[in-house]
Parts: sequence; C-alpha cells; structure tokens
Amino acid sequence: MNELLIEFLRGFTATNEWAAILPEIALGVLALSLLIAEMVLPNKHQSLVPRLAIWGQLGVLLLAAGAVSAGLSSERVAFSGMILQTDITHMMRAFFLLSSILVCYLGQIYLSKQNLPRTEFYALVLIISAALMLLVQSHNFVMFFVALETVTVAFYVLVAYCRTSQFSLEAGLKYLILGAMSSAILLFGIVLLYGAAGNPGLVASSTDALNYSELTNFVLLNADNAIVRVGALLVIAGIFFKIGAFPFQIWVPDVYQGAPTPVTAYLAVASKAAGFIVLMQLLRGPFIGLSDFLVPVLSVIAAATILFGNVAAVTQRNVKRLMGLSGIAHAGYLLVGVIASLSVSWAVYAVIFYLVTYLLASFAVFGVMGLVAGSDDAYQELDQYENFARKHPFLGGVLACGLGSLAGIPPLGGFIGKLFLFVAAFQAGLYGLLGVSIIGVVISIYYYFGWIRESYFSEPSREVQTDASGAGSPSDRFLLGTLVFATVIIGVLPAALPIIP
Amino acid sequence: MENLDSNSIFLLAAILVPLLTGSVLLFGSGFSQGVRRSVALVGFGLPFIVGIWLYCQFEASLVGAYNFELRLPTGLESIGIYLHLGLNAISLPLFLLAGAVGLAAGLYAMHSKAERPHLYLALLLFMLGGLMGTFASIDVFFFYFFHEFALIPTFLMIGIWGGAGRRGAAIEMTIYLTLGALLSLLGLIALYVQSGVESFSLLELRNYLSAQPLAETVQNNIFALLLFGFGILVSLFPFHSWAPKGYAVAPTGAAMLHAGVLKKFGLYGLLQIAAPLLPAGAEHWFPWIVWLALGNILIIGLITLAQKDLKMMLGYSSVMHMGYAFLGLACFSAVGAGGALLLMVAHGLSVALLFMLSTCVYHRSQTFDLAAMGGLAMKAPVLAAFFVAATMASIGLPGFGNFWGEFTIFVALAENPVTRWLVAPAAIGIIISAIYGLRAVANIFFGPPKAQFAERLESGKIVDLQGFEKLPACVLIAGLLVTGIFPRVLSDDANQELMGLYRDNKSTLSVTGAATGSPDAVATKEVKH
Repeated sequence: MNELLIEFLRGFTATNEWAAILPEIALGVLALSLLIAEMVLPNKHQSLVPRLAIWGQLGVLLLAAGAVSAGLSSERVAFSGMILQTDITHMMRAFFLLSSILVCYLGQIYLSKQNLPRTEFYALVLIISAALMLLVQSHNFVMFFVALETVTVAFYVLVAYCRTSQFSLEAGLKYLILGAMSSAILLFGIVLLYGAAGNPGLVASSTDALNYSELTNFVLLNADNAIVRVGALLVIAGIFFKIGAFPFQIWVPDVYQGAPTPVTAYLAVASKAAGFIVLMQLLRGPFIGLSDFLVPVLSVIAAATILFGNVAAVTQRNVKRLMGLSGIAHAGYLLVGVIASLSVSWAVYAVIFYLVTYLLASFAVFGVMGLVAGSDDAYQELDQYENFARKHPFLGGVLACGLGSLAGIPPLGGFIGKLFLFVAAFQAGLYGLLGVSIIGVVISIYYYFGWIRESYFSEPSREVQTDASGAGSPSDRFLLGTLVFATVIIGVLPAALPIIP
Repeated sequence: MENLDSNSIFLLAAILVPLLTGSVLLFGSGFSQGVRRSVALVGFGLPFIVGIWLYCQFEASLVGAYNFELRLPTGLESIGIYLHLGLNAISLPLFLLAGAVGLAAGLYAMHSKAERPHLYLALLLFMLGGLMGTFASIDVFFFYFFHEFALIPTFLMIGIWGGAGRRGAAIEMTIYLTLGALLSLLGLIALYVQSGVESFSLLELRNYLSAQPLAETVQNNIFALLLFGFGILVSLFPFHSWAPKGYAVAPTGAAMLHAGVLKKFGLYGLLQIAAPLLPAGAEHWFPWIVWLALGNILIIGLITLAQKDLKMMLGYSSVMHMGYAFLGLACFSAVGAGGALLLMVAHGLSVALLFMLSTCVYHRSQTFDLAAMGGLAMKAPVLAAFFVAATMASIGLPGFGNFWGEFTIFVALAENPVTRWLVAPAAIGIIISAIYGLRAVANIFFGPPKAQFAERLESGKIVDLQGFEKLPACVLIAGLLVTGIFPRVLSDDANQELMGLYRDNKSTLSVTGAATGSPDAVATKEVKH
C-alpha cells in the first residue's frame, strides 16, 4: 500500500509542479471540506468536524512523510523560483502539522467550555498551517509576503475568536493594529530592496529583483549601499515583530493573555518557529553580504530580548502572560543560535532541534493550562495552581516536566536543545551572548520553578480534596503523556530526534 | 559496545537500578509497606554492594587510565559525547562514598513518617542514581548531566517535605546551584571548543592537553569559569548562603545526600578536571582560592560559633570545612589534592551522620534550639555516644578519616614556603570547630536539662536510638573508622594516580607517605616508576 503510494507520488511529481505543494493543497481542501461538512452534517454529528480535522491532518502528515521517503527530499525549485524546497522545509512541514494537530486538539477542549462557533476555528488553523509551510518554502519576496499575510490575517480572526470576552477583543485589536504596522514596515523594506536591486545603474542589478538568489548576488556587491541596508533592516524588523524580539515585543503579553489558550500556543510555537526559519533563510541567503553590518545589531537585540523576557516574566502572576514573556526569552536564545548559524552552519539544525523541544514542552504546559482554565480563559492565575499536583498527580507531573524542559533541566529535551545552542554559540565565538544567556536561564529558574513550587509545595494546614473534574479524559492524558514521554526520550537519547546531521 | 565485561555492567547497574526502582516506586502509591521497603532496599543496597565489589576488583596498576570502562552511544556522537563510564583511583573513593551515604540515607528514609512515602523514596533513589552516575562518568558532559539530574529531586524534596521557610530556601538553593552548574557547563564547553579534540571524554581531553597545553590567557579564563562555577556548588565563600538555609529546612534524606555527597561534585570537578588540565590557570587563580578558602574557614567559622539552632550550625560547619578542602587543592600537589580527597570522603560520611543524628535528636526533643535542651545522654546514651563520635570526627580527631584529610592538607601547606603561613589560620579554624562542636554536644546531651525540656525528659517518652536508626549510623561510623585507622585503603591508589596527574609539581614524596600513614608503600611505588 505504502509502496504503491510512493510509486504514484514519484510518477506524479515527475510530471507536475503542483505536486511539490501537495500537502499544502491537501490542507486547503481539508479546510474547505470542514466548512462543507458543517453545513451537510446534522446537528448531532457535528462532533465529527474536529475529528475530521485531526485525522485529516494526520493523513497529510503521512502524505508529506511519504513524499520525503519517495526521494523527493532533495533540493527542488518550483514555480519558476517562487518556491525552494530543502530538507529544512520538509522538517518544518512536519513541525507545523504537528503543532496544528495539537492546536486542534486543544481547541476541542477549549471550545467545549465556550459557547462559540466551532468549525471556523479548525478551518483557520488548517489554513494557517498551510500558509506557514509555504512561508518557509518561499524563495521570492512576493511569495513570502503573500504567505505571511495569509498567516497574519487568519491569526487576527483567531486571536479575537472569543468575541464575548473583552480581553480577547482587546487582544485582537492590538494584534491587528501592530500586525498591520509591522506588515507595512516589512513591505516598505521589500520595496526598498526591490527598488535598489532593480536600478540598472548599480552593479549586478536584476530584473527579477524579488528572487532571493538574484538578491543575494546584488546585496553581496552592494553591501555598502545605504538603501540596501535600510531595506534589510526594515525587513528584519518586520520579522522581529512576529517572533516577539525586543523592541517589538510589546504586544506579546496582552495578546497571549487575551487570545484563546490554543491560539496562544499556536502563536507561541508555530508562528514563532516560522519567523526563525525565515530569518535564518534571509540572513544566510539574500542578506549574507550584510553580515558584518547586521551581526552587531542582532547581537544587541538578542541580549536585550533575553533580559527583557526573563526579567518581565519574574513578576507575572497570570500564567498566560508568563508563558508569553518567557517565550520572548526563548526567542532571545534562538536568536543567539541564528547569529551563530552565520558562521557555524550546523547551528541551523541546533535551532530547529531547540524549536522541536520547545514545541513538545510548550504544548504540554498549554495542554495543562487548557484543562485547568475555567470558562473565562483570560483569567489563569498562578494561585489556581496551588496544590495542583496534589489534586491531579498526573497533570502535576506533566506540568513539572514541561516547565523543567522549558527551563532546560536534564534529563529533559529542553536541556539538550540549550546544549546544542550553547555549543554552536561557543564555536561561533559569541562569548558575550553566552554570558547573557546564562544570566537569563538562571532568572528563568525563578519563575518556572516558582510555578512548580506553587503546584507541589502545599501548605500542610490546608485540606485538599481530590476532585475528578478538570483532570482530563483518557485521551487527553494519553496525548499529554506522549508529549512528556517524547521530551524525556529526547533528553536521554537525543538520537531519537534525527535533526542534527 | 566495546569491552563489555561484567564489571562494566555492574557499574552501569549501580546507576540504572536506583533509577529503575525509583520509577517503580513513583507509580507505587498502592504498594504495601513491605513491598515498598523491599523495592527501595534493592535500589539503595545495590550501588553500595557494587561499590565494594568494584573496589575489590580495582586494578591500581592502570595509572592514568580507567577501570571498568564502558562506552555507549546516545545520539550526541556528532559533538563527541558518549555515555562513557569508568572509575579511577580518584573517583572510586567518591563512588564508594555515594554508595555508603546512599545506603544510610535510604535505610533511614524507609522508616521516615513522611506522607506519600513512595514519592519520598522515589526521589531519593533518583538522587542516588544521579550521584552514582556523576562519579562514574568519564565523559565530562555526563558528569555534569548526572549532577543536574540529582539536583531536581533535592529541590522537590525540600519543597514538599521541608521545614519552615522551605519555599524560599528551595528556590534560593536551586537558583544558586543552577548558576554554578551553568557556569561550570560553560567552562566545560569552553574546554571542549578551545582544545579542539572534538570530544567530551576526560581521557582524550587529558591526553591532548598534556601534550599541547592551552595558551595561558585561555587557561585563566576557563579556569575562572570552572572555579566559580564549581565553587558555588561547594559553597565557596561568599557564595555559600544557600547551604545553611537549604540544609536547615531539607528533609533528612535529602540533606544527607546533598551535604554528604552531591556537594562534593564541585571539588571533585576541580580536583579531577580543572586543576590537572589547566595548570597555568590554576596558578593564576591561586591567591583567590586561598583567600576565599580562608573566608570559609575563619569568617564562616565565626558565624558557626554564633548559631543557636542545631541544623543551622551543622549547615554552617559543613560550609566551613569545605575551606580546608579548597586549601588542599590550592597546593596543586599530589599531597594537597590527596588530603582534599580524603577529607571529602570523611567529611561526607561525618556530615551525613550528623544530619541524621540531629533529626534523631529532634524526634526526642521536638526542638533544634541548642539552648533549650540538656541532659539527653541520661535517657539516650547510645544516641549520645554516636553524636559525640560524629562530632569528634568532624572536628578532626585522630581515629577518624577527617583527621588524615586535614593533617595531610596541613603538611602540604607547610612543605611549600609560599603557603606555609596558612597553617596558622587553618589551625585557628580547628580550634573554632572544636569550640562549637563540643559546646553543641554539651548543650544537648549533658548538664542539667532546661526547664521545659526537663519535663519531657521525665515524661518517659524519650527512648534511646532504635534499630532502624542504629543501622545507618553504624554504616557511616564504620566508614569513618576504616578511613581513620587505615587510610591506605583509599590513599595508596589515589596517591599514585594524583602523582601522575599533578606531575609538574615537585612534591616531596616522603611527606606524602608519612601523611597518609604509609611511607613504605609510596617509596616502593616510586621505585617502580
């Protein structure tokens, strides 16, 4: 059966360029069929929709994996240079699919507590997933911008999804205004680059000035050109908004708090991951000629991001805001890896490894948060976790492992992720940034372990009843248990995650 | 999977069995008391038995190499990391120490009345597994990994079962220790990257660096990272404030294993890794080590004198005694390092014993306040005898291992004109520790009982040391006596190994022999070389 599929794919792709983006197309079709299913299905079968979404995505994951094992993983340019597929983009496809499956699952838990329309949620998640895949494959600024805007517009809707909640609406408005502004900045940067590169008066000017390969040549020969530099800076600033790097991080706590928990998780993991991959592609591609100019800027930003995220997270009592601010700190560590990737090429894989461990740990924590949250999703205080491990030993363990991995404690995956990043940074000679990272990690111990402390270290005077509500169904437990298991396995046996070549 | 002989498997088992039994107990909330205890006994007992067995099998002739080597891939080969296990004459004593203290802590914890006992034992077993792994690792990455692994149970145990003020103490301790651990991790990564051997194996690093030492400034920088990183973990002055607070609130098992064994990780790292691999860096930072170690001995010594709470006093005194180990290390000679090693083992045994006995005292007196007790020896003479012996050991009286450790360090200091003056302040420290140690004994066990305590004493509720308390105490006392009466069991092999490691320092070998009580042995080995 599998061989037949592989054989079919091989023949199909040899003759058809569209086959290169088969998983993305499949996701789009799946999203549309969800909307149709909602109309067609009678009310009592509406619960099939989320199942269709999740199983459908598992099918797409299989398809993508099949395409890779059919030997299509080699580098491939499609649509006259619009798309470039590499082993990294194949890895990221699986990454985005995995996160959107988990988001759909968390969405099911979340929506069961709310009186909101359901199907659109899943359809939008699928569309974002497809657009993220295209975003990391884009090899042309037009493709890049269209994919990015698809992601952003869908997120505008998802962030404000809980329209009965003031917090969600406020978050949606903030994300809309700041997101639109960042898109404008990004577009302005692209236009400046296009204008400069299309100027026949400059060396190596090109008529196809939005293509990354053409731009790479142009920027290499015009690295001193002020317009090129400003353009590159503006493009990077636009991406920094997406990943929440300092000083473009100001939206993060409010939006993370207001958005529904699954959407927060999606923003924190998938959207951020795409930002880093794109950033690395640009810095190692079109902007490689500007490295000398950009590295000091990036270094200052990375240091400021690490310190801001950690220091701001220390005083947070709302766990959604805490996850948002600590996510800023993680963005800082990842930026260190991105800078290292300019001189140490395997650092790219170290960044991806870190992203995977971050995905597993974050979804474990967000999953617990989704189960704990009441109907008011924005109100999730640290105090609610008092005696949590006593009430729900299993979920307490999941939370502790997730937070421990985020803090980078052996034997959990997050530690290995940090180890790879630190080794890469050391090989790249980024001693100052390493020092800042260490300070950041030590600060992060305070709030991550503070959370664990809240859930484990009960006051003996208080009576605790174990209550079954909020403990999650067997399938919830199975999913969270799998995430924790994967985190531990990666921590003990990093070979289980074949990313580092 | 090369050279898979049975002793290597035992070594691996000493790490895995505690972890496995711990995992079983983690899900064993429904076990009966008997099942729980027997599972735990397997986990606590096996590392000790393996330690003794491997000690008997140890071949001292392999100087500069490791016994029982075992190398397994884990997926980090691309950056030169393997699960590389083995023991040499420096790590073997600490491996034995971890086994002995682990057994004692386990035997005592099995009878503890903590709630959720399965979790308590499981965490203690995880800690023990991590400790065995730390001292059995040749790969410096796993050396670090296992240490961090053992740290998390400590945090949880303090938080869940600790005394008053545990929330703050647990976080403070964890932050301090993570900072120290990360600094030392950076130092180890720096060593890896700068040497360019593409391997985290201590053996390969050592072979490579002895042939091509690093540039002096590089050595200075890396040694600073390792010195302060490891120093924080060993509560080097002025980074010690976590230790007394943490130990004061920690449950007995965690305090025994942490103060007794886990804390020695930092010193072991300096002794086995930092000083031999970075001799120039060590020389550069020599004045710092000396002055900070004096801070440990004199300043912390005076602070210890002022303590009124038994557990705080023990916590501070354990910080203070680390100063001697640092002084021994600062000599950068085989004699000094050997003294530090002996002291580490003996101090680990004695401090674990003292923490355990102080809990025994508390169960009888319901207070740690030294000023509120007295006369306990009348009702609990055996407890008093053990406590007096442990205090004597900790002060450094002949007959116990601590004496040889401190004495050897004094000799090492005296034989070098540069460090000779340090003997005087170090000796003052001994007097200080005698004052507070004996005063504590007098306050608790002798003299007239204080008003309220007298009623308790008369009420007949106070019983003497019971069987489950005597057994672990005997294990620890036996260790102290063996190293005290016959230190050669550990010092001979270690001496040989250390002379190989610190070969650039011309130490007078005859003194080494005298200090460790075995002039003939050393002399003959010298001839053999």
